[in-house]
Amino acid sequence: MPSRNQAPIRIGNGAGFWGDNLDAPYLLARDGKLDVLTLEYLAELTLAILSHQRAKDRAAGFVTDFPDTLDRLVPILHQQGTLRIVTNAGGLNPQSCAVECGKLLDRARLGELEIGIVTGDDVLKEIPEWLKSGVSLDHLETGEPLSKVADWLQSANVYLGARPIAEALSSGARIVLTGRVADASLTLGPAAAHHGWAWDDWDRLASASAAGHLIECGAQVTGGLWHEWDQLPDLAGIGYPIAEVAADGSAVITKPEGTGGLVSVGTVAEQLLYEIDDPARYRTPDVDVDFTTLRLTEHEPDRVAVRNATGRPPSDRLKLAIVYRDGWTASGMLAVVGRDAEKKARAAGAMLLERVRRSGFTFADSLVECFGAGDVVPGVHPPGESPWEVILRVTVRDVNRPSVERFCREFAPLVTSGPPGIAGYASGRPSPRPAFGYWPTLVPRSMIEATVKVRTAAEWSASSIQP
Amino acid sequence: MVRLGDLAHARSGDKGNSANIGVVANDDVSFQWLRSHLTEAAVAAYLDPLEIGRVRRYELPHLRAFNFVIEKALAGGASRSLRLDTQGKSLGMALLELRLPALESLASSNTAETTR
Repeated sequence: MPSRNQAPIRIGNGAGFWGDNLDAPYLLARDGKLDVLTLEYLAELTLAILSHQRAKDRAAGFVTDFPDTLDRLVPILHQQGTLRIVTNAGGLNPQSCAVECGKLLDRARLGELEIGIVTGDDVLKEIPEWLKSGVSLDHLETGEPLSKVADWLQSANVYLGARPIAEALSSGARIVLTGRVADASLTLGPAAAHHGWAWDDWDRLASASAAGHLIECGAQVTGGLWHEWDQLPDLAGIGYPIAEVAADGSAVITKPEGTGGLVSVGTVAEQLLYEIDDPARYRTPDVDVDFTTLRLTEHEPDRVAVRNATGRPPSDRLKLAIVYRDGWTASGMLAVVGRDAEKKARAAGAMLLERVRRSGFTFADSLVECFGAGDVVPGVHPPGESPWEVILRVTVRDVNRPSVERFCREFAPLVTSGPPGIAGYASGRPSPRPAFGYWPTLVPRSMIEATVKVRTAAEWSASSIQP
Repeated sequence: MVRLGDLAHARSGDKGNSANIGVVANDDVSFQWLRSHLTEAAVAAYLDPLEIGRVRRYELPHLRAFNFVIEKALAGGASRSLRLDTQGKSLGMALLELRLPALESLASSNTAETTR
């Protein structure tokens, strides 16, 4: 990318999580007049689920939706010769993802297109050695030592920052595939490369990171979750967000013309606060951002300027997200109707658990919930009167899979041997799924090294996965 | 009494076993009112049935907003909690039902949506 570029860079985010709208990346790239399309796929537990897949197949472990999305973007990559894509779709296996994408692009006469991968976030193999040499990996919230769960580790990924992404782009990559990186870094990387910012230009880095934070959850900033949802135009056709990041770091948050939803000071302010801790210290691997100095102004409809975020140097420690295996879990739901629906539902839930217990199975944890009776936020806002129909949900967790399997088989009998008015078993028997525990901690920056590798699609296509 | 949802809008989410609720006031009068009435103690008392830990409030005056961080709000968090809403997405809606003492002078400003 050219350095010291004065024009704003237009960065659009077409996915806020793995499972987001499948058409959004294509529509945003087609209509957004973008310089960069970002796609954010990795929630806290996604990498643990991917590690489960990689254990069965060494070539697996990346976001399998991404090659399908890329396939749809091929015509646009042909038409828009400067469009770049930055995504954390690499998951636990950016290399394997690059090979898959390389094959696809090579077949689509885009073999010369360069794909960069960023690795170095996956430190699972290092953990035993670190523990032996006395590196503290205590739980960030509880302070417990990692040794408590060290035998069950499933994934361990450091949040990398924007620098390796910028490096890959500056080396000519049109597609950058990362594993775990801070969500805001997906935006800061291309902005810093485009404008040629120094990595200690804290206020610029902070402002662009704020823009990245605002667009990382996709349509949540363009009218999704908005309290006046019934007054928004065409929420079904909601536009995905674009940040126009200027050379001074300030940004305009907007969306493609003619799309549904809304970008206003309100939608942007609400999303700024989404999933943050201290707003004066929004921490990324690149910069500590102060949101309390930030100003929002709306000059035109659906265009909100974001400026005056301020930055400070980041911590010398990086966040490390460890996930450990925590047995099995399952949950099932049934509808319960009629007078005393809530009372019947709670009794049926207790009955189900008692039957499993009498068969000789126990659980580390179990929960009976009654939706319609105030249990989504239990006890906080109970309904005024007794509901005529409720949803019963029963959930268990245990290290012992047969216990969880037996639990799954006890839902059907309730339909004939429980209280009257139970319906909905036709949706099927629940099945056990792996349960995971989340272990956030910190590691010294000096122990982590990000690696960037850029090859053409044809070269990736011809390479094989190393064991 | 006045419903918080008549003075402000909110959204919530998770970070590990903590939840956060961003609350944005509809106008300056509401923001000033909430400053003295939507306290850490008021929010902690309201959410007490969830067996939460400490509640921290942060102010963003330029945005007429508050961020509430609610420790231990998620019964173990996205990974371990057995609850349906493991990520605290519904906490914002629940908080908007909180009743606060009403000011007479607020009654007229509640209905009109103002701009910033």
